[in-house]
Amino acid sequence: MSVANTSIGTSHLTGIVPATGDSVARSLPDKTLLEWLRMMVLIREFEVRTMQAYQDRKIGGFCHVYIGQEAVAVGCTASVEHPDPIVTAYRDHGHALARGMDPKYCMAEMFGRIGGCAKGKGGSMHMFDRDNNLFGGHGIVGAQTPLGAGLAFGTKYIDEVINEGTSQRVTLCFLGDGALNQGALHEAMNLAGLMKLPVIFIVENNGYSMGTSINRGTTMADEITAKAKAYGMLSAQIDGMDILNVYDGMKAVVDQVRSTPCPAFVDMRTYRFKGHSMSDPRKYRPREEEQSYETDDPIAKLRDYLFSQKLFDEDRFKAMSKEIRGEVRASIKWAEASPPPDVMEELYKDVYVEEWGPYNGTSEPEMLTDGDQRKEEG
Amino acid sequence: MTRVIEYRDALNEAMCEEMRRDQRVMLLGEEVAEYDGAYKVSRGMLKEFGEKRIIDTPISESGFSGMAIGATMVGLRPIVEFMSWSFSLVAADPILNNAPKMLYMSGGQFGCPIVFRGNDGAGGQLGSTHSWCVEGLYSNVPGMKMAIPAFPEDAKGLLKTAIRDDDPVFFLESERLLSFKDEVPEEEYTIPFGQALVRRPGSDCTVVSFGRPVHFCLEAAETLAKEGISCEVIDGRTIRPLDIDTIVRSVKKTNYLVVVDQSWSFGSPGSEIASQVHQHCFDDLDNAVVRVHSADVPTPYAVELEQAYLPNAHRICEAVRSVTYNA
Ligand SMILES: Cc1ncc(C[n+]2csc(CCOP(=O)(O)OP(=O)(O)O)c2C)c(N)n1
Ligand SMILES: [Mg+2]
Repeated sequence: MSVANTSIGTSHLTGIVPATGDSVARSLPDKTLLEWLRMMVLIREFEVRTMQAYQDRKIGGFCHVYIGQEAVAVGCTASVEHPDPIVTAYRDHGHALARGMDPKYCMAEMFGRIGGCAKGKGGSMHMFDRDNNLFGGHGIVGAQTPLGAGLAFGTKYIDEVINEGTSQRVTLCFLGDGALNQGALHEAMNLAGLMKLPVIFIVENNGYSMGTSINRGTTMADEITAKAKAYGMLSAQIDGMDILNVYDGMKAVVDQVRSTPCPAFVDMRTYRFKGHSMSDPRKYRPREEEQSYETDDPIAKLRDYLFSQKLFDEDRFKAMSKEIRGEVRASIKWAEASPPPDVMEELYKDVYVEEWGPYNGTSEPEMLTDGDQRKEEG
Repeated sequence: MTRVIEYRDALNEAMCEEMRRDQRVMLLGEEVAEYDGAYKVSRGMLKEFGEKRIIDTPISESGFSGMAIGATMVGLRPIVEFMSWSFSLVAADPILNNAPKMLYMSGGQFGCPIVFRGNDGAGGQLGSTHSWCVEGLYSNVPGMKMAIPAFPEDAKGLLKTAIRDDDPVFFLESERLLSFKDEVPEEEYTIPFGQALVRRPGSDCTVVSFGRPVHFCLEAAETLAKEGISCEVIDGRTIRPLDIDTIVRSVKKTNYLVVVDQSWSFGSPGSEIASQVHQHCFDDLDNAVVRVHSADVPTPYAVELEQAYLPNAHRICEAVRSVTYNA
């Protein structure tokens, strides 16, 4: 494998040779770029309403919004095919929507309703969508990284051993910069490197894990791709605030990972505009820093590019935003109308695949009966 | 003399006092220093003790727990904060395989004076991975001690004891109790391990619990008193060592026992207590021991499911009524 250092746009790729030095994103059909813009605006609007719903106590538990990072989920998802698996951490609403989950299922999940993508059993941190090849939302920092390696192991095995062909799929495994410091990631990267698994570990490097800035949390903070090099992986650093750039960089990485197959690691530079979760006063970072990133808004950037190319105009943007607001409002209405999961039906369902004893989903839940002496099953 | 303070500040006082009297004690964990603690338990400690003793760690539970255990082997007495006990699972090997077994494996040469502490139990719709009640899972391991205070006074007194203890202590706090205020002595005190407390005397049924559910038991006892059922509520305070004597004494008097334990029922502190009581009080019991636990399913997110899942006063009342029906 040639270890060339290439750059496209503001990305730096190590060991990855893009098919062309030109931007692929800019030559895509107008329709595609407009879809990206639409999706980013949808995620933004969805998250704004999520925050309101949380404040109104319609959403409980831990809730982490994706505002500021939209170009990452949308650009990365666009760089792969729909059957390619995606797995991520708990800041997962953006990935779910970008992957095609209907906003109403996502909202209903956070409302804890039966119409949610996981029947209200998972919540904000656990968006799962089998039809859209989204393998969760995982709440324990780093937990999804061995799973990402496993998804890649699985697809490769199916293609090569069961179907006796060549490996087809690429897995995108998203993680936060805080997850760089979990042992699980390092074991997963070593396995992926050893077994040449087609998985891309995409670090959504927003500079902070809760109140800890990356240089207080990890070594080589300015050059985290060094960690991947130790595991023999391809790596890239990509400006994640510009979706055209995200797509171009990711396309090159994805192509190489798919054709080799081999793992890769991406230092995706981004920023979360809001607090870590819904109760974070953000005292650990200067307001000026926040403002400088806010002026680097990924949505405004693509919008202005489309304006400058005369592919879009202010009026159509307004109309699009209005339509999206309606769509998100409708998702809230839908979530509100969806009933809560029935305790008798759901509490004991989905514990085991084969129902037995108290887990048949219809028996009276244990805690609603009282004495053990009244119960028959063990 | 007492004053009313929050559970969180009781914990803070315990750590500060012990750090003042013993240089070997230090605190490490995620967000404990510059952020003043994810739940503000270590508020002000960085300022007082400096960054050499109040140490922010990366999200590396396995690494920093193991590191702290290593440091005990040359004489330090670290306090390790888990933001939540749910996150200690990635550190299961060091905290279960190293800390509680070091003394035994080394034939008595190396002890492990360490405190692991953090929030335990459901925090309110935190879902399946973030709602662990580790008392069920971890109390199984010999060599460790486990304290689980329900009141600020105990939080402080037990934590001071934990820090002075020469064995590893798993200290289980509750996010839902951190802002709970109650009286705490002004003067210096410690509370010994292995001493349960009768929180409410009664004659008809013994109700034993530890940690946050003690409050539900007291609530249930209040309701049941109006129906003429007098409950004796015992707060176990530590699970290892377990003060079985106080429980047995009470059961010999009331002849009925309900155990309330927020962990799952299978192989739990609740089942252990039931078993020991059946052994010691076989002839005194007028009914089988009844246990109230979290439902035997992963913790659900939806509020309706979670409420049905967790132990609460209503379920405890039902349990007491059902066990005493033949009284
Ligand atoms: C093992 C583990 N430890 C601690 C936590 C608590 N926690 C949740 S999110 C988080 C910060 C993670 O930051 P990062 O990985 O950078 O992701 P970001 O929030 O920036 O998207 C922490 C410490 C957890 N969920 N899991
Ligand atoms: Mg981060």
